[in-house]
Amino acid sequence: MESIIPLAYLIIFPGFLFLAVYGMFLQWVDRKLCAVMQNRMGPPWFQPFADFIKLLAKEVIVPDAADSAMFRALPYFAMAAVITALVSIPVSGPAALFSYQGDLVAVIYLLTIPTVTFFLAGWSSTSPYSTVGSMRVLTQLFAYEVPLMLSLIGPAILAGSWNISEIAAFFTAHPVLIPSQLLGFLAALIALQVKLERMPFDIPHAKNEIVGGQFTEYSGRLLNFFLLAVDMELVVGAALVNAVFLGGSLGFAGWAGIGVFLGKTLFITFLLALLKVLMARIRIEQMINFCWKYLAPVAMAQVAFDIFLKFKLG
Amino acid sequence: MSKITIPLGPQHPALKEPENFMLVLEGEQITGATVNLGYNHRGMEKAAENRTYIQNLYLIERVCGICSHSHTTTYITNVEELAKCETPKRALAIRTLFAELERVHSHLLWLGVAGYEMGFETLFMYTWRDREQVLDCLEMLSGNRVHYSINTIGGVRRDISAEQKAGVIKRIDYLIERTNYYIKLALEEPTVAARTANVGKLPPEVAIERGAVGPTARASGIARDVRKDEPYLIYNELDFKLITHNTNDVFGRLVVRALELVESYKMIKEVLNNLPEGPIAVKVPMRIAPGECVNHYEAPRGEDIHYLKANGTDKPERLKVRAPTLANLQSVAYMMEGGWLADVPLVIAAIDPCMSCTDRAVVWDPKKGRKQVYGWEELRKLSIEQYKRRGVDFTRL
Amino acid sequence: MKKPARVFSEVIKHLFKKPATCGYPFEKAHIYPNFRGRIAFESDKCIGCQMCVRVCPAKAIEIPLSAEQPAAPAPVEGQPPVAAKKKFDCIMKLDHCVYCAQCVEVCPKKALIMTQDFELASVDKKQLRRHYK
Repeated sequence: MESIIPLAYLIIFPGFLFLAVYGMFLQWVDRKLCAVMQNRMGPPWFQPFADFIKLLAKEVIVPDAADSAMFRALPYFAMAAVITALVSIPVSGPAALFSYQGDLVAVIYLLTIPTVTFFLAGWSSTSPYSTVGSMRVLTQLFAYEVPLMLSLIGPAILAGSWNISEIAAFFTAHPVLIPSQLLGFLAALIALQVKLERMPFDIPHAKNEIVGGQFTEYSGRLLNFFLLAVDMELVVGAALVNAVFLGGSLGFAGWAGIGVFLGKTLFITFLLALLKVLMARIRIEQMINFCWKYLAPVAMAQVAFDIFLKFKLG
Repeated sequence: MSKITIPLGPQHPALKEPENFMLVLEGEQITGATVNLGYNHRGMEKAAENRTYIQNLYLIERVCGICSHSHTTTYITNVEELAKCETPKRALAIRTLFAELERVHSHLLWLGVAGYEMGFETLFMYTWRDREQVLDCLEMLSGNRVHYSINTIGGVRRDISAEQKAGVIKRIDYLIERTNYYIKLALEEPTVAARTANVGKLPPEVAIERGAVGPTARASGIARDVRKDEPYLIYNELDFKLITHNTNDVFGRLVVRALELVESYKMIKEVLNNLPEGPIAVKVPMRIAPGECVNHYEAPRGEDIHYLKANGTDKPERLKVRAPTLANLQSVAYMMEGGWLADVPLVIAAIDPCMSCTDRAVVWDPKKGRKQVYGWEELRKLSIEQYKRRGVDFTRL
Repeated sequence: MKKPARVFSEVIKHLFKKPATCGYPFEKAHIYPNFRGRIAFESDKCIGCQMCVRVCPAKAIEIPLSAEQPAAPAPVEGQPPVAAKKKFDCIMKLDHCVYCAQCVEVCPKKALIMTQDFELASVDKKQLRRHYK
């Protein structure tokens, strides 16, 4: 019995099943919000689930020139990395399922793995569009990774811990300090938007330039799991930002904790959806300029401010 | 970095119609581009020879979905000129009204497409929502949204009532307000500027050399507009500005189209408020006297030229259409070279391409029963010979 | 002059507005009265002049003689016998028709009528060949 409970955690809550269902739900929320802001109807609530089931039924086509084994394995790698990252992020209560000192860094690296699999997916497809797409994925990775990391370091310095659950606990204990992280929060949100390759940063799979980008050759089940991994990444990204900047579950546990988690991730999704509708997609070189010229210095300023604050507070 | 060649089209999300652009890429930069036409050939000019003049009206309307009124008006001007028919003033005014409503609908459509190609979906959704207003106007006046079929030989088919006039003016007032908002949005939003400024440069000399027409030419500072240069319909009585811009890039094309919208609103109101009284059509015989005729017309995308040859029967002997996109496509290859891959959809969209207008030519030898592709040099030689027989020498050109 | 996120206020305003689009198949679209839809036919007005057939740009109309012809009216004493009025059918090929309504315009007896029907798509090809009697 003892050994079944952790497995249930991993498979049902807050593991795979919860992540998949909530990811698809957030995808719907995101699409609906964008639609409403653009004065459209938007999809019905079951649209992501219907898409999921439809894609499962479609034929899987593997290009002759592609490395078949790698081509088939990559979507599962992407998904596994995202699920593993969630294990260390607090969801329903103040503590994560499995937390340890330094898990912040581990989570950031785990979240990089999906991006790397996107690159490998595009590269192993060998078609022109996916090759260009995968080059863009890699370029984008080098642009956003530093600002994202810098912005997440700020709260860690302030809390004096590299443990996500402890950072959340620190902000729960000192809610006054949450507003002081505003700059870092915004930088992290924008970096998250770049990481999730959502508009206006959907450059690697900009459909009117390079069709499907890195996913051009993917179809059926394999594409489905890649898309699911992207949805899950949205949940994990939102959960990470929530835990690091907004104090996680704010001390609540059980159902109340889940309620707080859902409310705050929905809020973060709203902010991300807002970013999506406000701007035109920028070019890859403009994206790099933006990330290094504006985003990284902003995150850096937040870190400097946090160090100053840390000394002030003692 | 090694070069890769990417085919853009014939099936591609950025292209609404099948055409093919081969791009040679070095990283993200384009080092060469070629345009391949002919995926959308429908044999319309040949089909026109087997139909009567009145039937052709509905065929010509379907050359293009967006500038359907432009093509029919050019065609019908030719027919009426050959038939020596006096079109009533009211009919001409109604044609002008439709021409300007069509320009509004086409330019708003373009604004949306440009928004979509630069990844600004909100702009796309908003402009297309507002475009519904002008489509409503067209549906209210003519009965249909796209193929208005308002022209008939000798006049127009439907009159405008006072009620309809009020409805149009109400909608135009709303559009004026919205267009002013979009102009502000386009001028102030930094990402729009980042995507359009210095993209797809077309200097005036190149624009002239490659024969650019319409907003593409006007955005390169060339003041060329058939409505001003050689007024047709009732344009000589209307008060409007010729919009040019001198940035030579996609941003300039955006500004030119947006400001032309404002001019069009002005003209629509002017035409509606001063509609001449009288009949809307006169009878024209089925048979048209032999003769040749060429007319041009400022379609939303640029100068549209029709050539018509009549042989005394009720069917034309030859009809030739030169759509504006064909003139502008020569510039596209130039504009893409040296640019970024990300800009390609926008550069192509910036001429507002209408491929279905463009693809109508094929070289076919019925005697030998095979296709032959003529090169540029051969075509040039043939045309010089053709004109020599008529007594004009173009050898020096 | 440059304002990042210039469209922000507009976007927020739309959060509280009704969508501009409508759920079409469940909600009927508004059609203006002079919309050119399916062409209907009144047999008793038709004189069989075939003007519509000649003018149709898509060759979508056929006007054949009806299979059943009405009997000639009973002859009246003292007057020459009146020939029976011929009855005509109309075959509209909806898949050929371009809905230009030129036939309605050209019909001297107004036997062809423009309706506002536009939902004419069908998976059954027979449905597209309407035989009006």
